[in-house]
Amino acid sequence: MRGKRKIAAMPERTEARAQILERIRAAKPQAPPSDAAAAWEKIRREYKVAPDLPPAEILHLLEDRLRDYDAQVFHCVPAEIAGAIARALQQRDKQNIVIAAGTPNEWLPPDFHFVEDSNLDAHALDQLDGVLTGATLAIADTGTIVLQNVPGQGRRASTLMPDYHLCVLFASQVLQSVPQAMRMLEQTATLPTTFFSGPSATADIEMTRIKGVHGPRFLDVILVQDIVQVRWMASDDSPPMKSISVSIGSLFPNECCSG
Amino acid sequence: MSRIPLDPATAPAFPKAAKVSLHDLQLRRNVKHATNVIQTKRQRVVGERPDWQQLREAGRQIREHALAYMDEYLEQFERNCEAAGGHVHWARDAEEARQIVVRLATEAGSREVVKIKSMTTEEIHLNNALEAAGINAIETDLAELIIQLGQDQPSHIVVPALHKSRHEIREIFLREMGLKHLGEEPADLAEAARTYLRKKFLTVQTAISGANFLIAETGSVCIVESEGNGRMCLTLPQTLITIAGIDKVLPRFQDLEVMLQLLPRSATGERMNPYNSIWTGLHENDGPRNFHVVLMDNARTDVLADPEGRQTLYCIRCGACQNACPVYRQTGGHAYGSVYAGPIGAILTPQLQKMEHAQSLPYASSLCGACYEVCPVKINIPEVLIHLRNKVVKQQTRGMGRLNPEAVAMKVLGMIFRSESRFRAAQKFGRAAEKPLVNREGWIGWLPGMLGGWTQARDLHAMPQQTFREWFDAREKKDRGHA
Ligand code: SF4
Repeated sequence: MRGKRKIAAMPERTEARAQILERIRAAKPQAPPSDAAAAWEKIRREYKVAPDLPPAEILHLLEDRLRDYDAQVFHCVPAEIAGAIARALQQRDKQNIVIAAGTPNEWLPPDFHFVEDSNLDAHALDQLDGVLTGATLAIADTGTIVLQNVPGQGRRASTLMPDYHLCVLFASQVLQSVPQAMRMLEQTATLPTTFFSGPSATADIEMTRIKGVHGPRFLDVILVQDIVQVRWMASDDSPPMKSISVSIGSLFPNECCSG
Repeated sequence: MSRIPLDPATAPAFPKAAKVSLHDLQLRRNVKHATNVIQTKRQRVVGERPDWQQLREAGRQIREHALAYMDEYLEQFERNCEAAGGHVHWARDAEEARQIVVRLATEAGSREVVKIKSMTTEEIHLNNALEAAGINAIETDLAELIIQLGQDQPSHIVVPALHKSRHEIREIFLREMGLKHLGEEPADLAEAARTYLRKKFLTVQTAISGANFLIAETGSVCIVESEGNGRMCLTLPQTLITIAGIDKVLPRFQDLEVMLQLLPRSATGERMNPYNSIWTGLHENDGPRNFHVVLMDNARTDVLADPEGRQTLYCIRCGACQNACPVYRQTGGHAYGSVYAGPIGAILTPQLQKMEHAQSLPYASSLCGACYEVCPVKINIPEVLIHLRNKVVKQQTRGMGRLNPEAVAMKVLGMIFRSESRFRAAQKFGRAAEKPLVNREGWIGWLPGMLGGWTQARDLHAMPQQTFREWFDAREKKDRGHA
């Protein structure tokens, strides 16, 4: 059926395609000096890419941005994720929560009902109280969390239909800038990818920001401290505070959570 | 529910349409309020980026580069999108694009389609074509829903209903959604839209979207939105049809790192808009089962062919130039007679009309340069405006040769300015000639013939009774007399 349709559409398509490409070739600036890849490399990118804040400040920045979007932020260490999830769900009074396949078992507190998303249809998802996911990464500059369709994050519909989203984010996943994030995402660019910055919102009516239209109206983030900050006061004439980040995994390999 | 779309081919000239808008005080209040709010927010979030100018420059270079290799990038996009299970279609003009979309929607067997806000579909009047084929198109963006239910027209490319107040919106919703009670607050109105559309999202099996960016390197499409209606349309229905101008192509995924910083800050004054979706063809168990992309030319190659007008295609439709424009802020969008209003509309619309319509739009500007300053991809809009004015003049005076009135007027002016005695004589003559036109307050509200262009939108002050030179000469004489 599908094949047939494609063949039927072919002649007209080929003609339109050929004509448009021909018009572009006749119209575009003449004789670019080099091939596309070489010319692309020459694009001047003098904007900021590398982080210029110490890791602790990057986390603070992210928290500020998330609170600005009316999200709540909970803190915990890797061993306490289940407890933090229980606290958040209790506070929001949510019981039936959808999770993606691959969500670590040790995250799930007892006394709540977690439903694994095995291709639930939109109606079924609509009936649930909330969704619990991990994350791929977060961008502090903009308060953005990125989700992709991988184990623990799941299909796009599952983070869209429920009215409440609880997201577990590891400190080691937090980047400062958008360019840092895009370069990190490049390897998995073809996965279905969703950036979200706070709950859904609109300003279409008299430019008043209204939280929550079609996507989840409530967002909580559990920020898991999987890096330790070692700070010390240095002598007076050097920068007042320095910090070193070490992945907790490298210090206590057994405590490390998959994320 | 059909509405008459904004059509540059039949719209009245800008000065005439603007006069109507200028008398609508409610509209002017709403437009002023909305543009002020976005401008203030924009300034704040742009100001906090020390590398804003570097981002703009990179944005401009990326767009320039994408146009220089547009054919290659479109072919690459097509290859990658189809390898991932999408179907790519090509449309030379609006008619062909409408036919393809109507055919695909019909084949999908849908009597209803849900739509994401898309200026490209507004440009080609897609909803009317769907309706003629018996397919009901439901707009799901809140502003577009307001426009659709109110049988109105979009007046801004980012906030299409910014000319409507909450009271007006409430009236429309009460009437069109058949509601008995509805609060006055924006949150109540948004809630009404959520409930109204939820049913549609759960049942309608075909969606139509535009695209913010097409990524050649991966064959992915990127859509930037706020409300989540976009995500609903992109993930729930079985069939998704995306229609995009050929100018929307970006070379690589990495280029999004620039665009996703420029666009939200410029468009809504946010550091990032609530949702960005990026997907590539079909994904197993995630999103639609059929995915089509329609790549549309519709005169974009004509714009590309004009070396001075070409930069118009850098546009990422952020609307910042509209908010900054003193003319738009007074008239609102409808006076432009096109879905693309404001400075971008003034340069894009006539070019998309191949300079056959909308010739008054390049004059709908005071050339103050505010649009250029805010444009995130550094389109020199004043430069393009002047270029297009030249084109319009050439076109209107074609065949008149050296006898065309504007050329003659310029010659005469040149002659007068070159000689002092001629200049003085001309001033005297002017005072005599203007007499019948000057009103009691000393203003001229109407000028005859071609000169009427000046007084259509403003009054002209009458010439002073005495020029400075005359006053100076008289004083000298008087002084000498006293001495
Ligand atoms: S011309 Fe520039 S400022 Fe205006 S909408 Fe396009 S990108 Fe934005």
